[in-house]
Amino acid sequence: MKILGKIFMVLSFIFLYAPLIVMVVFSFNSTRSTSVMKGLSFEWYKNLFANEQIMNALSNTLTLAILSSVIAVVLGTVATVGLYYLKNKLLKRSLNALTNIPMMNPDIVTGFSMMLLFTFIAGIIGAKSALGFHTMLIAHITFSLPYVILNIKPSLDSTDIFLQDAARDLGCNRLQAFFKVILPSIRSGIISGFIMAFTLSLDDFVITYFTAGTDFQTLPLYIYSMKRGIKPNIYALYSIIFISVLVLLFLSNYFKSKSIKQKKKEILL
Amino acid sequence: MSSFKQKLLNAPYAFWSFVFVAIPLLMVVYYTFTDKGGAFTFENLKILLDKKYISVFAYSIWYAFLATVICLVIAYPLSYIISKMKSVFQDTLMVLIMLPMWINLLIVTFSWKEILSNNGIINSLFEAIGIGKVEMLGTSFAVVLGMVYCFLPFMILPILSSMQKLDKSLIEASEDLGATKINVIKRVIVPLTLPGVISGITMVFVPSISTFYISQKLGNGMIILIGDLIERQFSVSANYNVGAAISLVMMILILISVAVMNRFADDNDKGGA
Amino acid sequence: MKKIISIILSAVIAFSLTACGSTSNSNSDYEANYKNKLKNTELNVFNWGEYIAEGEDGGMNVIKEFEKVTGIKVNYNTFDSNESMYAKLNSGTAYDILIPSDYMIERLINEKKLQKLDFSKLTNYKYISDDYKNLYFDKKNEYSVPYNVGMVGLIYDKTKVNPAPDSWSVMWDKKYKGQILTFNNSRDAFAIAQFLLGIDINSTNKKDWDKAAKKLKEQNPLLQARVMDEVFGKMESGEATIAPYYAGDYYTMLDTNENLGFVYPKEGTNIFVDSICIPKNAQNVDAAHLFINFLLEPKVALENAEYLCYASPNTAVVSNDEYSFKDDEILYPSKDKKPKTEYYHDIDSKTRDYFEKLWEEVILN
Repeated sequence: MKILGKIFMVLSFIFLYAPLIVMVVFSFNSTRSTSVMKGLSFEWYKNLFANEQIMNALSNTLTLAILSSVIAVVLGTVATVGLYYLKNKLLKRSLNALTNIPMMNPDIVTGFSMMLLFTFIAGIIGAKSALGFHTMLIAHITFSLPYVILNIKPSLDSTDIFLQDAARDLGCNRLQAFFKVILPSIRSGIISGFIMAFTLSLDDFVITYFTAGTDFQTLPLYIYSMKRGIKPNIYALYSIIFISVLVLLFLSNYFKSKSIKQKKKEILL
Repeated sequence: MSSFKQKLLNAPYAFWSFVFVAIPLLMVVYYTFTDKGGAFTFENLKILLDKKYISVFAYSIWYAFLATVICLVIAYPLSYIISKMKSVFQDTLMVLIMLPMWINLLIVTFSWKEILSNNGIINSLFEAIGIGKVEMLGTSFAVVLGMVYCFLPFMILPILSSMQKLDKSLIEASEDLGATKINVIKRVIVPLTLPGVISGITMVFVPSISTFYISQKLGNGMIILIGDLIERQFSVSANYNVGAAISLVMMILILISVAVMNRFADDNDKGGA
Repeated sequence: MKKIISIILSAVIAFSLTACGSTSNSNSDYEANYKNKLKNTELNVFNWGEYIAEGEDGGMNVIKEFEKVTGIKVNYNTFDSNESMYAKLNSGTAYDILIPSDYMIERLINEKKLQKLDFSKLTNYKYISDDYKNLYFDKKNEYSVPYNVGMVGLIYDKTKVNPAPDSWSVMWDKKYKGQILTFNNSRDAFAIAQFLLGIDINSTNKKDWDKAAKKLKEQNPLLQARVMDEVFGKMESGEATIAPYYAGDYYTMLDTNENLGFVYPKEGTNIFVDSICIPKNAQNVDAAHLFINFLLEPKVALENAEYLCYASPNTAVVSNDEYSFKDDEILYPSKDKKPKTEYYHDIDSKTRDYFEKLWEEVILN
């Protein structure tokens, strides 16, 4: 039974990693092919950094991700605090329901429906171009907001409300109390919300596809436009990302377990 | 806090989600029931009653269902095995499960396409051992495999976390009371991990039923799902009204499917208690 | 932790941006005409995928060269069918340059979506061959400048298809079940069936379209895939053995797979001219004209013709002795070997809706 379990686990992980191994291997191919390995070379890594279109798409993707996640975090923090204090039950319930919609809806519906709105508005005001950077930004903020709120809410719920009253008793006004008491206690929620929004934005293809204009191509859009198939230079880029994430995740795990051991020792002493 | 300040604090978000979440959905309804000129019509929904569309809907639900079941069949035992391991290993394996999610779906789907193609790794292997080539791309097998691959982590992670939260003493107690291993799994572990399973099911089913990239790449243009239909209305036919109608139908189908699953889970819950 | 990744990534980008400050040789003969004219403005170009020289193998990257010479920033976007180009245009996205095919240009002109070009700014228009002037879709040469000319033919694997085909009917041959590819777009797929059945490809008679659709449905079980640019991978690797595609692309595939052959089927085939236009809602009309003129530069046009392997309407290219496809039999067939060809015309929206409906029936079958 135990051996069967182990085999099952190994097979599952082979399944999970098969396409990634193919990706890494073919990033070193000496020809353009992603199906026949002709020889080893670093050609595509060199090509990657010299490829302006990819680099441009990459920096666009990062710009959009940073901008949208920062705005989503600011808006989301205010929203979570607002929802926390909101006493009107009906309003609270409907706002919560609205928050859940982008998470529950398929991406294609979110993207398509926002595209409908943008073209409708552009038709009314007679704008020359309905879709563009602004519509992508709005879309990215919208789909990451629920995740930001979801991350902040638990840490706000566990904050001692009386702390704030105490701070006020000690002479703080409401705003000071917010910045000195509430904000620090929900900091971890804000950070994890930001990270989540950032990664969602980096990775999104479907919603971006429906709301993208002409002047701003993200990496997933660029990849989708490669109808002749992905070139090994894209494999090279994602191999770099893959290896760096792998290293970082293991390092952080290692240090985490080390610090836990350290703590255990301290306790024992 | 005064109600004015409450409102002030909530205004930006309420405004945002009303304009960019609620109104787009209303736009979907509006476009569904109007024609290109803006006049009221049922035509967009009526054409979806055509046999060819109904079979697309049926196939999409069926493939998404298959993908969900396969994910569950892989994820549940895998999570169980992992949750029994030492916590150091658990953390490492969790990292290894999350890692593929960092690589864009477009890339891994394309990579699968190369693996499954007639000259790909699997078929070369088959030829070497004398089975001969097996046409995989363009079949439902390839499309369901793509779905399972892309969304498997979304099934594993919630189940695994619900297994990790299991109270070990509860299992020990039931074993002490003479429950067999199978009974422990059936009576204790399954009911307690059900919330994880349910959220896993939704997180696999919804993206599977609405995908279009996976079916485009792995289906060779021969397998068309609901997502492809919507994408076609956007990118080829430029018929937003029909696109909206299909979106609306898909949302309703998803709501029904999720409700059925929740109902099923509820019943199971009561049965287990 | 994930933040660290983004920091590393941005460091990598910063490095690469400084690393690729290009130092290619300048002082070309045309440079003076373009220098700093509209510096720091932006130009939105919408073209077919992989339809411009990209500077691999030491050639010129046309977009980069244009940016370098003019200082204009080009936002380059691609489409994979005339219909998807049209859909994107209708979704309200604004472009400065479009390069659609003949029948789509006819439609865009009819729908008043294009603007008249200012030919006084297009000093290189003189190079365009008279054969490609006054074409049916732009009779007075007001809206478009030809970019490429091509014909559809049959590409096949010489080692597997015996005897060598000369008819579209080979795409219905049960012998090649599972190895046949076809177009993943309605008009091109229908045209093949129409040529085979001897029906006018621009017919407005519904019954004609019904017949063609029936023929296409018969083909369904024999198909391996419906493709557009995916055809390259499948033919180059030998995964498929029969595919209809554009003559120029045959040469691109031949580079990788030397077993491939090419033929213009006897029933006739579609000829197309892809031309450069400026849409009405263009934002940077001056830069658009500059760009068109740049594409017509003999040197640039030659780079494109060599890279794309399509027939060029540019006389300076065709007569150039350095041009490797000069007098090529497939791209520039001599009079006696010219296949029977027909242009697509824009079809009225009623017929269009009808055959699109039929097409959905074919692909959802």
